[in-house]
Amino acid sequence: MTAPYLVELKNITKRFPGVVANDGVDFNVRKGEIHVLLGENGSGKSTLMSVLAGLYRPDKGEIVVDGTRRVFRSPRDAIKAGIGMIHQHFKLIDSLTVAENVILGDDSTPPVLRLQDIQRKLEELSKKYGLHINPSSMVWQLSLGEKQRVEIVKMLYRGSRVLVLDEPTAVLTPQETHELFHILREMAKAGRGIVLITHKMQEVMEIADRVTVLRRGKVVATLTREQINRRELAWLMVGRDVVIQYKKKGSPGNKKVLEVDNVHCLSDLGRPCLKGVSFTVHSGEIFGIAGVAGNGQRELAEVITGLRPVTGGKIMIDGIDTTGLSPRQIIDRRVAYVPDDRLGTGLVPGLSAVDNFMLKSYRQSVLRRGPLLNKRAAYQNSRELVKQFEIQISSLDAPVKLMSGGNLQRLLLAREITSEPLLLVAVYPIRGLDIKATQSVHNILLQQRDKGVAILLISEDLDELFKLSDRIGVIYDGRITGIMPAEMTDVEEVGLLMMGSAGTGEMAT
Amino acid sequence: MNQDILVAILATAITAGTPILFAALGEILAERAGVLNLGVEGMMLVGAVCGFICALQTANPWAGMFLAMLAGGLLALIHAFLTVTMKANQVVSGLALTMFGTGLSGYLGKSYVGTALPVPFENYTVPVLGNIPLLGPVFFQHDPMVYISYLLVPALWFLIFRTKAGLHMRAVGENPAAADSVGVNVFLTRYIYVIAGGMLTGIGGAYLSLNYVPSWMENMTAGRGWIAVALVIFATWNPVHALWGSYLFGGIDALGFRLQTLNVLVSPYFLKMLPYLLTIAVLILVTRRNMVNRIGSPRALGLPYDREER
Ligand SMILES: Nc1ncnc2c1ncn2[C@@H]1O[C@H](COP(=O)(O)OP(=O)(O)O)[C@@H](O)[C@H]1O
Ligand SMILES: [Mg+2]
Repeated sequence: MTAPYLVELKNITKRFPGVVANDGVDFNVRKGEIHVLLGENGSGKSTLMSVLAGLYRPDKGEIVVDGTRRVFRSPRDAIKAGIGMIHQHFKLIDSLTVAENVILGDDSTPPVLRLQDIQRKLEELSKKYGLHINPSSMVWQLSLGEKQRVEIVKMLYRGSRVLVLDEPTAVLTPQETHELFHILREMAKAGRGIVLITHKMQEVMEIADRVTVLRRGKVVATLTREQINRRELAWLMVGRDVVIQYKKKGSPGNKKVLEVDNVHCLSDLGRPCLKGVSFTVHSGEIFGIAGVAGNGQRELAEVITGLRPVTGGKIMIDGIDTTGLSPRQIIDRRVAYVPDDRLGTGLVPGLSAVDNFMLKSYRQSVLRRGPLLNKRAAYQNSRELVKQFEIQISSLDAPVKLMSGGNLQRLLLAREITSEPLLLVAVYPIRGLDIKATQSVHNILLQQRDKGVAILLISEDLDELFKLSDRIGVIYDGRITGIMPAEMTDVEEVGLLMMGSAGTGEMAT
Repeated sequence: MNQDILVAILATAITAGTPILFAALGEILAERAGVLNLGVEGMMLVGAVCGFICALQTANPWAGMFLAMLAGGLLALIHAFLTVTMKANQVVSGLALTMFGTGLSGYLGKSYVGTALPVPFENYTVPVLGNIPLLGPVFFQHDPMVYISYLLVPALWFLIFRTKAGLHMRAVGENPAAADSVGVNVFLTRYIYVIAGGMLTGIGGAYLSLNYVPSWMENMTAGRGWIAVALVIFATWNPVHALWGSYLFGGIDALGFRLQTLNVLVSPYFLKMLPYLLTIAVLILVTRRNMVNRIGSPRALGLPYDREER
């Protein structure tokens, strides 16, 4: 009783300069099924589906839709063939309305727009599937969850029969994820084929009818629901047993290193972003901030590091008021910062490792000869760091943008940690890293904690937060909705707080 | 100042603003699609010289306008090829285009310098509207090109904000990757509006040599192309605002000219400087206003689009 294939990818190979992202991959989707594509970061999942969506031209292989071979020259061809993809980074245009985004590129749109008609149509569509959107809001006003709903509606509007979602749950709370999965099941029942990309095993167990595991660009297995087993999946995905064990937590000191008191700030759009945030981080403590991305996490880190002006409240670092100080003055208070975009804010992509290392320390007398830089000392210094932090690097002089994510993150951490900080602010430090790199980043953080550094860890990965944090604070809509010792709470409770419902956690600071 | 002089100044403000208006409208199209074209000055000059030569040879100003349009479009095509297909830096390509256009127009027009045009456009008084006191002579006693520009402004506004084509244009200028992912042809869209923009700019140039002056002089645009580029920001990429802006600049131009003839004791060099000073002043004010209101340039302005790049 197997349903017919809606699409088949046969022997797909796609190369990028220096990597084979997909290597002879076979993949197919049946009518009415949810097919999960599982793999570590960098295993080629997004690339494979971008080939299916017409975004990338494969170097080899063919695409078969409803039994006939097709060549997709552009996303347009794929959309016409009934394939809709929701990319990991949403492809929405901020300055347009929801309705305008939905009809963009659709052939059935008349030459002169009649937005009223379209809005009515959208309201019907969104009601039918329980996807609540407001067609006339501007996209930049929407939360990430809302944007995702817009993307789904956009694909439904085009009548996509195959719906590909690239890591859709990364921006959702556990509860929102359940809701999404419910909708996906409904759509599968209605005869569509769903592809769900993920690197979380949990999600496979929860929703997959079939799962295909990718490792280093190759398919290692395609399993049906009955064959799925957590341990084996992990083994298939990573290629070895994963036993992640962390050292037992030490006891945090009592010295208050960071005190954030009723802090307010504005967002990039000039609207209130942080609305009275208060908490304290002690020496030797990892304080985790949980929350759905976009609730003020980045802004919180920027306020503490002096990159964003504070509009109210007070920040104390090591007992000294640092509110309103410049980033440089705050660096001098021994604050290290690992920002969320390591290649944008953290490092300078076009500069070499040596230059990137020097960015923060070039003022030190060892690295200077009068007004000139002491390049020899800088190289010496860099070589030591590269060795100590096991950074794989082809040359100290190559631009760092050529390095992989894990190495970049170690490079950044190496630079930040050598400044011997009192406080380390880390934002999404493992985003986009594979399991091995994640482990090494975590070990570095734990080492620092054991040395007595106060760490503010902002993350969207609850597993990470629970593993590392001593205490967890939840941020929602610019406010801390709860602070709990990690061992006294669980994913469910934190998930609820992430959605803004009042928590049971005590509001201790 | 009596009323006749005021009317004359205002009417001149319109004719002086018209070449800037055409160029600004053209640049709005290109920038809305995400391509910055700093070649406006060069395209205007080439449009001016080609239009002039053609009108002189054929004794038909309309033929001149047509050729100017083609010439502007052709130069813009070079810019589109370099920046859209070859993904070259838009600023560099645009500056090169201006230098190239300046040189080319000087070369082509060498033997025509100072020749008067025997067949300029004639003024028509619009029936009914043209007879309204004050407004009539200011707005409705002009040559056909002015009337065309009147029609063009609402037409382009409608195109940009109310049609599917305009939606695609804006989408390509804001976020080409998103537009591409839903099947909008980013490359074609950019080509179309860069070339259309070049055509309008060429017409703007020819309006100078065929009507406003009317004769050919080397470098006769005298920076009007740059004013048009600045005006696009002032107009927040909206054709309707470009209309007021152009006439404001035209007005300053006309005023300076008038004051000179009235023997006012102001240095003529200072008067000639006024439009440029105004440009700087307006840019400062407008940029602040845009920052407060969060009106920005099209997000992808100046960035080449490469589908497979991260
Ligand atoms: N546009 C691109 N240009 C160059 N390399 C890329 C591009 N997209 C992906 N890659 C590389 O291809 C590999 C697979 O990436 P991707 O498909 O994004 O993996 P996943 O989605 O499984 O995390 C990675 O090594 C990545 O660095
Ligand atoms: Mg991916």
